[in-house]
Amino acid sequence: MSSRKGRMRMFNANDAAVIIGAYEHPGRELPDKSLAQIHAEVAIGALADAGLTLDDVDGYFCGHDAPGYGGGWVTMAEYLGLRDLTYMDSTESGGASPIYHVSHAAAAIAAGKCSVALITLAGKPRTGIQPGGGGPARPEDDFETAIFTGAGLVSTYALAARRHMYEFGTTSEQLAEIKVAASKHASHNPNAFLQKVMTVEDVVNSPMVADPLHRADCCVVTDGGGAVVVVSREVARSLDRQPVRIMGQGESAKLTNGGKLDLTYTSAVWSGPRAFEQAGVTPQDVDYVSIYDSFTITVLEILEDLGFCAKGEGGRFVMDGTLVAPHGRLPFNTDGGGLSNNHPGHRGGITKTIEAVRQLRGEANQGVQIPDCEIALVHGNGGDLGTRMRSATMILGRDA
Amino acid sequence: MDVAAYAKLLPDITPRNKPFWDGCAAGELRLQKCADCGRYRFPDAPVCPECLSSSASWETASGAGTIWSWCTMHQKYFAAFADEVPYRLVYVRLAEGPLVISVLAEDSDDSAADSGGTSSKELRLDQPVHAVFRPRPGGRVIPQFSTGAAAGM
Repeated sequence: MSSRKGRMRMFNANDAAVIIGAYEHPGRELPDKSLAQIHAEVAIGALADAGLTLDDVDGYFCGHDAPGYGGGWVTMAEYLGLRDLTYMDSTESGGASPIYHVSHAAAAIAAGKCSVALITLAGKPRTGIQPGGGGPARPEDDFETAIFTGAGLVSTYALAARRHMYEFGTTSEQLAEIKVAASKHASHNPNAFLQKVMTVEDVVNSPMVADPLHRADCCVVTDGGGAVVVVSREVARSLDRQPVRIMGQGESAKLTNGGKLDLTYTSAVWSGPRAFEQAGVTPQDVDYVSIYDSFTITVLEILEDLGFCAKGEGGRFVMDGTLVAPHGRLPFNTDGGGLSNNHPGHRGGITKTIEAVRQLRGEANQGVQIPDCEIALVHGNGGDLGTRMRSATMILGRDA
Repeated sequence: MDVAAYAKLLPDITPRNKPFWDGCAAGELRLQKCADCGRYRFPDAPVCPECLSSSASWETASGAGTIWSWCTMHQKYFAAFADEVPYRLVYVRLAEGPLVISVLAEDSDDSAADSGGTSSKELRLDQPVHAVFRPRPGGRVIPQFSTGAAAGM
């Protein structure tokens, strides 16, 4: 892939804003901390990583899952003592939300609306509040959420997996390869929730959750959080920290459409090309991918939808260590991902972004750092594949 | 089944969706059909997702469809369904077009209930099914789907 290097300077990149700080909370079970406290700890962690403080922040972004008034940024901004905000945003897109926030922060900075944007995420589904999932039905829910039939979020991914198997010959063993790669990466991460390396047999012999998905096909349930700081080029030049370029970004949604649905693809088919076009790169140029991994089937479909392989070829694509760092053809989720490391608050968007930043800075865990990692792709999958799903794709680059 | 827990999972009956629930109680699957472009839609909605027309009629659908996919739930996600696992869910493409998720009716030829939910006789994708209507605990009738030959009557 060395031919890419000569072309990099010619990319039509959005270089107004860069990622300058990133921090993942080391905790996975935090019974004695409040949700607001975890937001604050990751905020301070990411700002410290950048060489900034809370007083420098003029843009703030968090999801509707943040605690406090009305859902959104207001109470957390108050808690964090952010007095000089000029831009705030709480775009809600499920687990993909933080990737929207990073992208929207870059756009706001490019438009001159703020210059130091803080994005935080925190959750306590392991020891505290369990959002969604087992909760009671909301009266406004329509039939298609169908939990009164005993369906839940996992069931639509199971339905997607079965159909993918039927149409394309995908096997449970192929899906298991995705978990195997994640578990190998997690074994290098001292903070990972699950650190044991798993085999394909381990995965397919784990208990069924929603047949054909086994327990090991599902992400972990963890407390924790993370934060990212996006700043203008001008601010970045004043700081002694390696910036990460935000080269391209794309968003899309795939909604219920009156029951006209196909679960064998995700809205990544639209967000991906938008991000690649803006970045001026192709899937072949990408050295590392952070792919949303709520379930193994999520990864498989997204890899196809983003063009890393043809539709239906995902099962064969992930075999033979393709996803395993550092030497696989397309190393993914080198922190162990949501499948093995961390899925704070059931929202993997922030950890996906943070691990891509680590790879591009050469700061990934020993054993999984990709040599000469120049271009990374971050993809978030929000909501429920069977009802209202949203996608965000970002392409990040090592700063020249 | 924990009837009180199940009642909390049920959607409210509203003026907009009442024709659907009335249909279930009468043993019929009723769908909205756009008066302008003719597209059937599910769930009910104030406008057509195809052409945005707000003009629609409620039509009695055939109840026929094919299994687009299915899964067996083993994990106890809902208190109401804790005693039901394992149970099968089917995602059915109705003959009229829309997809509907529901449970496999217990009188299906190869129901999970016949063999404690671990039947090795798998449902076949694209297999024909028919909607059947049974009162659930608490009295609400929901559409289920059956592979049985006598189903849908």
